Amino acid sequence: MSVHKPTTIHALACDHVSLLKSNYKWEDAPDEDKFSQCVHCGMCLEACPTYQETGLEAHSPRGRVYLIKSVAEGKMELNEFFANPVNTCLDCRACETACPANVQVGALIEEARGQLIKSDPPKGLSGMVHKLFLHHLFPHPRRMQLLHSLLKLYQKTGIRKLTHRIQLLRILPKHLMDMEKALPTLTSPPALRSHPERLSAIGPRRAKVAVLTGCVMDVVYSDINDATIRVLRENGCEVWIPQDQRCCGALHVHAGDRDMAKKLARMNIEAFLSEEIDAIIVNAAGCGSTLKEYDELLKSDPQFSGRAAEFAHKITDISKFLINLGLILPEGSLDLTVTYHDACHLAHAQNIREEPRKLLESIPGLRIVTLPDSDRCCGSAGIYNLTHPEMANALLTRKLDDIPSGCDAVAMGNPGCMMQFQTGIVREGRAEQIVHTIQLLDWAYRNESPNLQMQKG
Amino acid sequence: MNIDVKKKFIQSMIKLLGKAAVLHQYEELVSYECDGYTIHKGLPSAVLFPANTEQVAAAVKYMAEHQIPFIPRGAGTGLSGGATALNGEVLISLVRMNKLLKVDYKNRRAVVQPGFINLKLSTSISSEGYYYAPDPSSQSTCTIGGNVGENAGGAHCLKYGVTTNHVLGLEVVLADGQIVRFGGMPDTPGYDLVGFFTGSEGTMGIVTEITVRILKKPQGIKTVVALFEDVAEASQAVSDIIAAGIIPAALEMMDRIAIEGVESGNYPVGYPLDIGAVLIVEVDGIEAGLQDQIDHIVAVCQRFRIREVKQAANMQERASWWANRKTAFGAMGTISPDYLVQDGVIPRSTLPQVLARVDEISRKYGLRIANVFHAGDGNLHPLILFDSRIEGDTEKAVQAGSEVLKVCADVGGTITGEHGVGVEKMEDMRFVFTEVEIEAQLKVREVLNPNQLCNPDKIFPKPSRCVEVKRYIASVNEEHAAH
Repeated sequence: MSVHKPTTIHALACDHVSLLKSNYKWEDAPDEDKFSQCVHCGMCLEACPTYQETGLEAHSPRGRVYLIKSVAEGKMELNEFFANPVNTCLDCRACETACPANVQVGALIEEARGQLIKSDPPKGLSGMVHKLFLHHLFPHPRRMQLLHSLLKLYQKTGIRKLTHRIQLLRILPKHLMDMEKALPTLTSPPALRSHPERLSAIGPRRAKVAVLTGCVMDVVYSDINDATIRVLRENGCEVWIPQDQRCCGALHVHAGDRDMAKKLARMNIEAFLSEEIDAIIVNAAGCGSTLKEYDELLKSDPQFSGRAAEFAHKITDISKFLINLGLILPEGSLDLTVTYHDACHLAHAQNIREEPRKLLESIPGLRIVTLPDSDRCCGSAGIYNLTHPEMANALLTRKLDDIPSGCDAVAMGNPGCMMQFQTGIVREGRAEQIVHTIQLLDWAYRNESPNLQMQKG
Repeated sequence: MNIDVKKKFIQSMIKLLGKAAVLHQYEELVSYECDGYTIHKGLPSAVLFPANTEQVAAAVKYMAEHQIPFIPRGAGTGLSGGATALNGEVLISLVRMNKLLKVDYKNRRAVVQPGFINLKLSTSISSEGYYYAPDPSSQSTCTIGGNVGENAGGAHCLKYGVTTNHVLGLEVVLADGQIVRFGGMPDTPGYDLVGFFTGSEGTMGIVTEITVRILKKPQGIKTVVALFEDVAEASQAVSDIIAAGIIPAALEMMDRIAIEGVESGNYPVGYPLDIGAVLIVEVDGIEAGLQDQIDHIVAVCQRFRIREVKQAANMQERASWWANRKTAFGAMGTISPDYLVQDGVIPRSTLPQVLARVDEISRKYGLRIANVFHAGDGNLHPLILFDSRIEGDTEKAVQAGSEVLKVCADVGGTITGEHGVGVEKMEDMRFVFTEVEIEAQLKVREVLNPNQLCNPDKIFPKPSRCVEVKRYIASVNEEHAAH
């Protein structure tokens, strides 16, 4: 009797990856070497926040990689059924921590979004918003500084109070209204403008570093930039703030706008590599992870790929840099109970988990309690909370529920997460303060009992 | 399913379960073509996400009435294609029935829904000092319902037994949509249908609630790894450890190629790449006496050529060894685009001999085979590495896998220890069962799944239909004779 095996062995011709059949038509398509590394084991499933919420295979890392492969095989097209799961990904990289085979899901998603945006450029209102923010605002430091001034004017002159009183903001969707309410009161001016280009080390010089001031960070949280610069100097670092630096392009990469991201990457490489430095210091997890992946972004640019690797190598998160350098212990004490949230792009994308905790542990008086599931995404994910408010809110609610009782503050290392947390805290009328890890350290150095209320919107 | 039937079916399901619980468009179904076993694929007609037992029953009832075949599915981490819709069946995904319903610490029982994640049970009861023992490597993502379907095992099943030893009671939706409950106590009157359903691979109905045994966490745990120069000597050491009267909680082994995989994967622990094999041995129980057992194990290992024996300094080191071992299958993705994992079981003493035969098979087909074993209970997981993009490679891997299972059967073992037969090993069932034995089992299935609607065409070899054909021909002949 002949052996009868089921007839659907998938190695039949239809499943072969063939460039001719691929529905990716543009440069930088999702890389076969990357997606063929996935063996469909499913170890990523429960690590994925969107899978946890939906239970849908297409909204899991394994499922998304399968779809990405299916488009390359010509089994799927670049249509809404592909765009929806790909765009619903938070790009939080939790799956990369879970994946036994090191599949670069984040890079695959970003490449897939690059193809989607080419095949169907954003039109209408969302196209306008895309262009306004990603082309006309974020890439231009001066316009960002102007935005800072406008926001400050809005907050200071009573226009904000007025708009709240006459409920003008009701024309905005609910989640935007919530975010507006949570916007912190802007205190210090953007660091890129307000600090001299070079600042000397306090005490003996131990290193020379460049600081990325960022775009959102420098508009909304410029006081964190101030704190970063102070802490670096306190630790014997000569600080250089390259004046030609730009937005890192993280939001562009996440949105699939690879052309603009590459443009910004080239400008940053030129700006930061024009001098000998020991490290480029980043205090925003999302920026850090994107900057470290410039070599991946520019891999098809022979002129820049070499320097991109050198640049990426110099990128260091402020927490890791201080621990590696040997932290000068702060003397001031903080009588506070804090918990620490792992920003996805620190924990999953950069594998930085211990260093921020070590910084907190170095602060006399500080009591640290554990946040359960601390490395699950809070739903911020760049501009995800603007584009996918429902999912972002579900994740935010779970995150807030996890905060242990009795905390004075929640510390983290990413401005996006901070804004997301702040939105939730204000919405639920809670009392916890949202702070950057480096702010706590800065306060300890300055031995200041910080007026935490300053942080509140 | 023809278009009109499908249209009506989808409408009815949406009415029954809600729009968000029914997937039916081609693109929505693509990612459900296969589970953790990727060699055979099939697009389901639809995927349903019931929220409770009543919804499962109602959906099944409809499908039974309309003769629409269906398959229950958990997380889709199965390794034998048990949840693959080879002929356009409807998938019933249980992932949204994912609650821990009750924990009864006094009587050491917990009640879960089928979509509840295995590891979550242990983490949920850990603070009270309890855990759930069966620990398949995929435990961080696989569902307990799926574990019941496959009678899943795991590293620590050597001492504690597989899933079936931990299931006390089941609620099941039968293939006609009726809801039944069996068991609940350690021994109940009537037939042992709890044991019968456990491991039936979704061919007897859909499990909708599970009562499991929970255990008190052991007072002490000690773990060692031993790095062997030679894989055959490592296998001999496994036999000798058990022969010495020690029952470790776990006794795991990985050979050189497997080590190459895990060390290039996401959880490397620094095993040297040139050793023959690594043994991971764990003992647990009452603290007193554990170190003696470890010393004894180390002494046994030291009779062979070993590079190093190391005891875990702390729980963190132990955890890193287990993370490394438990991600071994997936880590193969770093050294090969595809793998086929086999699940043979052999008498422990034949381990060196079987390994030599596996090596021959590897050379015969020109495919690398990495070996990961639950060595203590003779459960082999040869991972046959191949590249489905190379013409003929997949077929070669399937053939090689089948030959490995033949070897296992020939030395008195069997073809699956914990992964199930699924679609993968249907033909290989002939290595361990006679036609009569297969037929006896089919007769049992006939009773509860008479129309082959519930996970059809799985487990048993197709030509068994020959039996039916023969029976038909015989009856026709009888009729002729009668005339």
